Amino acid sequence: MPSLRYLENVVTLRLNAEKCIGCGMCAEVCPHGVFAIEGKKALLVDRDACIECGACAGNCPVEALTVKAGVGCASAIISGWLTGKEPSCDCGGSC
Amino acid sequence: MSENNCCPPPGNETACCAPPAPAEACCSPWNDSGNCCPTAASDLPGYKLWPFVCGWLDSSAGKIPQIATRLTAADIIGRWQMRWGLGRARYSIAPGLYAIGTPSDDSPVLVTANYKMTFDIVRRDMHDHDAWLLVLNTKGVNVWCAAGKGTFGTDEILRQLQRSKLPQVINHRTLILPQLGAPGVAAHKVSKASGFKVIYGPVRSNDLHEFLKNGQKVTPEMRRVTFSFIERLVLTPVELVSMWQHVLWSILALFILGGIGPQIFSFSTAWTRGGAAVAAGLAGLFTGAVIAPLLLPWLPGRAFAIKGASAGLAVGLLGVLLFNESLNWLNSLALITTVSAVSSWCAMNFTGSSTFTSPSGVEKEMRQTIPAQVAAMLVGGLCWLVSAF
Ligand code: SF4
Ligand code: SF4
Repeated sequence: MPSLRYLENVVTLRLNAEKCIGCGMCAEVCPHGVFAIEGKKALLVDRDACIECGACAGNCPVEALTVKAGVGCASAIISGWLTGKEPSCDCGGSC
Repeated sequence: MSENNCCPPPGNETACCAPPAPAEACCSPWNDSGNCCPTAASDLPGYKLWPFVCGWLDSSAGKIPQIATRLTAADIIGRWQMRWGLGRARYSIAPGLYAIGTPSDDSPVLVTANYKMTFDIVRRDMHDHDAWLLVLNTKGVNVWCAAGKGTFGTDEILRQLQRSKLPQVINHRTLILPQLGAPGVAAHKVSKASGFKVIYGPVRSNDLHEFLKNGQKVTPEMRRVTFSFIERLVLTPVELVSMWQHVLWSILALFILGGIGPQIFSFSTAWTRGGAAVAAGLAGLFTGAVIAPLLLPWLPGRAFAIKGASAGLAVGLLGVLLFNESLNWLNSLALITTVSAVSSWCAMNFTGSSTFTSPSGVEKEMRQTIPAQVAAMLVGGLCWLVSAF
């Protein structure tokens, strides 16, 4: 089956390699295999697979990662456009 | 002891389902100290026991409910209601500490959400295991969505740890969290504030058994989120149900618009032309909300709106071929453009349910494709209205 890939070069994920201490937490929490740890440093091996969930940034003990986490549902984004607020999702079970 | 909805295996009831304490210690009728354990629903006036509670465990933190690991028909019916969007808002259970099997002070602690369906799946997948289950108050929302909102998060973990007195009940300091709870939690902050080490377990609870058996080791497959055909299929009803209000209003509007023609308004053309337009709209809806999600990997493009539009285009062309005798060119054009536009829109909305789309990407595709969707709707609507004259 062809693998599911989304748009390229859009995600807001950034890694500050200088701060990174190679603890491996980001690789542990990422649900899409974005990271690999090599030589005590995290590497972004598949940045386009990132879904901006924010798990890596929140669990990085040295704040080496930043990402603009948010919800990806269209209706939330539209109401965000209309109200000028950050999109928030209240559509229940499936998000 | 009722054996119908109690933990398996039968014949081994003592391991789990027998009343946890000897009768005279706790529930004898002459013990009226007021803190007696309720072993049945009738024991506490005004309380109704959830059917999944199969016993009570004595602990230094008080009585802890033991839960059954076999789902009953009611649990399964409840799950279907949820899938179809019926009464899903109230599908939550009380947060706090629960016991699976007969855990001891060194049994593992799993953390989950108080969404009943999540709770059900975890206890089902934990049969054969003794464990503590710490249920967070996520307001009846599943782990992933609650983590995104932050209700499944560091603060709530600390709150429930304290409220449940879990630290008194166990002699280790490790919590096992579902990996999908990670967006709401900062493991290092939990450990700093409570001394509890956080281990992120597998994404799917049906890997819990492997995970626990292998000394709490997670394989790379257990870490990965998938989006299989079945996973997409179960999400489509919610998608359809969530739109029903818009759908009803659109149907009404289409019947009214369908009556407009050379004779100002006619009920018979309202019926035939409106009916045809409703059929086209529903075809677009079904294509975008059901067919496109199912065929996702095979449809061209990366953006969901493009995938939906191409599926809609194919269905529209098929419609023109099937009904070419009764359609003039205006109607045909209207059919193709509107089915494509509606399907594109609905497929774009499915990004919210998908597991591999980033919010930045969704916003980008929306900016790029909504103008085209609106234009196609206008062209289609205009062709359809003009074709009446
Ligand atoms: S979590 Fe942070 S410090 Fe640890 S490996 Fe990842 S980027 Fe480096
Ligand atoms: S934001 Fe989520 S998906 Fe993206 S890299 Fe971090 S953990 Fe992985």
